[in-house]
Amino acid sequence: MSDLDQFRSDTRAWLEANCPPEMRKPVTADEDVFWGGRNTKFASEPQRLWFERMRDKGWTVPDWPKQYGGGGLDGAEAKILREEMARIGARPPLSSFGIWMLGPALLKYGNDEQKKEHLPKIAAGLIRWCQGYSEPNAGSDLASLQTRAESDGDHYVINGQKIWTSYANYADWIFCLVRTDPAAKKHDGISFILFDMTSPGVSTKPILLISGKSPFCETFFDNVRVPKSHVVGTVNRGWDVAKYLLQHERAMISGMGERGVGRPLGQIAADSVGVDAQGRLDDAMLRGQIASFEVDEAALACAAERAVDLAKAGQGHPAFSSAMKYYGTELNKRRYEILMSAGGIGALEWESPRSHEGARPRAWLRTKANSIEGGTSEVMLGIVAKRILDLPGA
Amino acid sequence: MPLLLNEEQTMLRDSARGFIGDKAPIAHFRQLRDSKDATGFSRDHWKTFAEMGFAGLLVPEAHGGSGLGAVEAGVIMEEIGRTLMPSPFFATSVLSVTALRGGSEAQQAAWLPKIVDGSLLAALAVDEGNKHRPHHIAMKAERAGNGFKLSGDKAFVVDGHVADLLIVAARSGGTPGEREGLTLFAVDPKATGITIERTVMVDAHNAARVAFDNVAVDADSVLGEVDQGGALLDRVLNIGRAAAAAEMVGLSDEVFGRTVTYLKERKQFGKLIGEFQALQHRAAHLYTEIEVTRAAAMKALQLLDAEAPNAAAAVAVAKAKAGTTATLAVQEGVQMHGGMGMTDQFDIGLFMKRARVCQELLGDSNYHADQLAKLKKY
Ligand SMILES: Cc1cc2nc3c(=O)[nH]c(=O)nc-3n(C[C@H](O)[C@H](O)[C@H](O)COP(=O)(O)OP(=O)(O)OC[C@H]3O[C@@H](n4cnc5c(N)ncnc54)[C@H](O)[C@@H]3O)c2cc1C
Repeated sequence: MSDLDQFRSDTRAWLEANCPPEMRKPVTADEDVFWGGRNTKFASEPQRLWFERMRDKGWTVPDWPKQYGGGGLDGAEAKILREEMARIGARPPLSSFGIWMLGPALLKYGNDEQKKEHLPKIAAGLIRWCQGYSEPNAGSDLASLQTRAESDGDHYVINGQKIWTSYANYADWIFCLVRTDPAAKKHDGISFILFDMTSPGVSTKPILLISGKSPFCETFFDNVRVPKSHVVGTVNRGWDVAKYLLQHERAMISGMGERGVGRPLGQIAADSVGVDAQGRLDDAMLRGQIASFEVDEAALACAAERAVDLAKAGQGHPAFSSAMKYYGTELNKRRYEILMSAGGIGALEWESPRSHEGARPRAWLRTKANSIEGGTSEVMLGIVAKRILDLPGA
Repeated sequence: MPLLLNEEQTMLRDSARGFIGDKAPIAHFRQLRDSKDATGFSRDHWKTFAEMGFAGLLVPEAHGGSGLGAVEAGVIMEEIGRTLMPSPFFATSVLSVTALRGGSEAQQAAWLPKIVDGSLLAALAVDEGNKHRPHHIAMKAERAGNGFKLSGDKAFVVDGHVADLLIVAARSGGTPGEREGLTLFAVDPKATGITIERTVMVDAHNAARVAFDNVAVDADSVLGEVDQGGALLDRVLNIGRAAAAAEMVGLSDEVFGRTVTYLKERKQFGKLIGEFQALQHRAAHLYTEIEVTRAAAMKALQLLDAEAPNAAAAVAVAKAKAGTTATLAVQEGVQMHGGMGMTDQFDIGLFMKRARVCQELLGDSNYHADQLAKLKKY
């Protein structure tokens, strides 16, 4: 047996023994997702067990170095772990902007002290992070951001406003883009800085979404003092860090296209609509839509797999995550349109125990943001046109 | 017949737009939603609707109504779609009036004048499963004494929670899947054996689940002929579908207008976002879709009034098209508003929710495309 085969069988056995059956069910409610953080609570005992066992193996962040709380796996091993987890439908033990976004940026741009300080806490789910990028007038045009950081001895004093800060009201720390040189060209005066959300002068105000939930906020900074040592990378070169982080964010969001809704769409639809004498979904048009969706879904999964292989072989294009982000999010929106259609009247209820308080329509509405958050589909296509296709003026 | 509103219809539109825009802008709907109003619409507005002649729009003049047709009903529905005004107009004045007009003179005389003066609200109970499949109605109407006993469950009964009269489609003969054997009944919702649960839907408009447990009704409650309700039901459903298409035209047009305004206001990269060709072409595309849909809806409404043999096909086209156009319009609306479009504080999301419900109402785009195929015999 090769080392990798051995790794696979060990991993399979370990997961079998350690992943509680309750953690192998699809995520349906908000509480099913564990975010960690200072004020966190586990929704259930199996959730706690699963998280702690995975953390102890370093498998909340399997491919990070061991010294930072990671599993130290190489690319091939990490892929096997992903596959084996997918095989049994295991939930992610920890969901975190620290893992998906900040961690990779710190590994590349952080100094030793910053890595030692923050990475292990991310891996262990001790600190929950939020992302302070967008501003009211800087959305797609992120580099036009105006939040100022003025030098005052060994501190910066930060003033300004962020918007759409997901989970800012639950987060412990923020990774934030600020303008440190107002005189420079717009991309050249930005720095990437970290600070504690309990610092004096930070306040948040939730924004209600059309899904009736409020996972994001307006965030205000009023003379917030942050040590200069909290800047990641070079002062005024924060745009490099920001872009690198966005690539990871986009890759993460594009994964939503693969995530699924627990059971195959066709079965969900058959339960709701019924089947004909031959056992086919009793709605030929819907059946066709589901089949063509599943073709695209399966193909996207192949592309995602190939993207990892390309990256590992050093042949990946850094902007490819934009193509995947575009495709994955548009696909996920389609998935939920079909789900609503399959559910029919039964999927329209908003408030009733029968509908789990409208879980399905709320999830459907939430997906509409997939093609906006982390860079809109239009901006993604613009990036592909410009950076991959090298089209003029794009 | 030109596919245009004539002078009277234009005046009707202007007066409806004036009243609805003035008294029932979206803020009115929000207020009802946020206060979880038990009625879900304004009775005062309904009184005014009656005074303006809208409640009895489709009621023959002999019964005190305006004696107007489907086109006029569509005019009102389009305006309702623009502000999402919750109103009994669809359930009472369109669906129920059409059903009652299939009843005897005595039945018409008993119910229609009360609809005209706004004192009676009615609702149509058809759907049973998750998807609209009228010929699959399974609800039983069994002969008992001089009348019937009704048993079964209905869902998605628009305005079922406030109705003074329920119009119920049940099976007195045949088997589910057949158009034959259906009968329509006019039933008092307070009759023994009826349970009504208001369901709060994603669009915050009104619907109910209604359960019938051996509900005794006498022979007088039958609208039209026993076992022959299929034709009447189709007529009711078709005008309802065309009216729903008109509502979706209004909704799509409103979302589109708001989106174009935003494209002209919002700046990114030092430009108005409307300067980006990526958005321009899609806005232009959406415009053409809406215009095509508007024409299709108008055609269906006109053919219904003319009782033309090809009306059913035109209705299928209109409802199928309106469903996909409205879906596109609200998706583009949210997308082009960026993050703002996802916030509850902004109105676009409300249109998105309503469009989803209108899509399911009396058959979605798939259902009607399939109907069209069947009508064309392929
Ligand atoms: C649910 C959700 C969660 C989010 N979470 C966070 C978060 O945690 N932290 C954070 O910092 N931000 C977050 N965001 C913000 C998100 O990144 C922005 O909403 C996004 O970048 C778009 O910016 P905008 O909303 O200002 O839209 P705008 O930039 O105003 O865009 C409006 C429309 O114009 C189009 N457009 C803009 N520029 C171009 C162009 N050059 N070519 C063609 N079309 C263009 C857009 O694609 C869009 O359709 C979140 C957003 C959402 C909806």
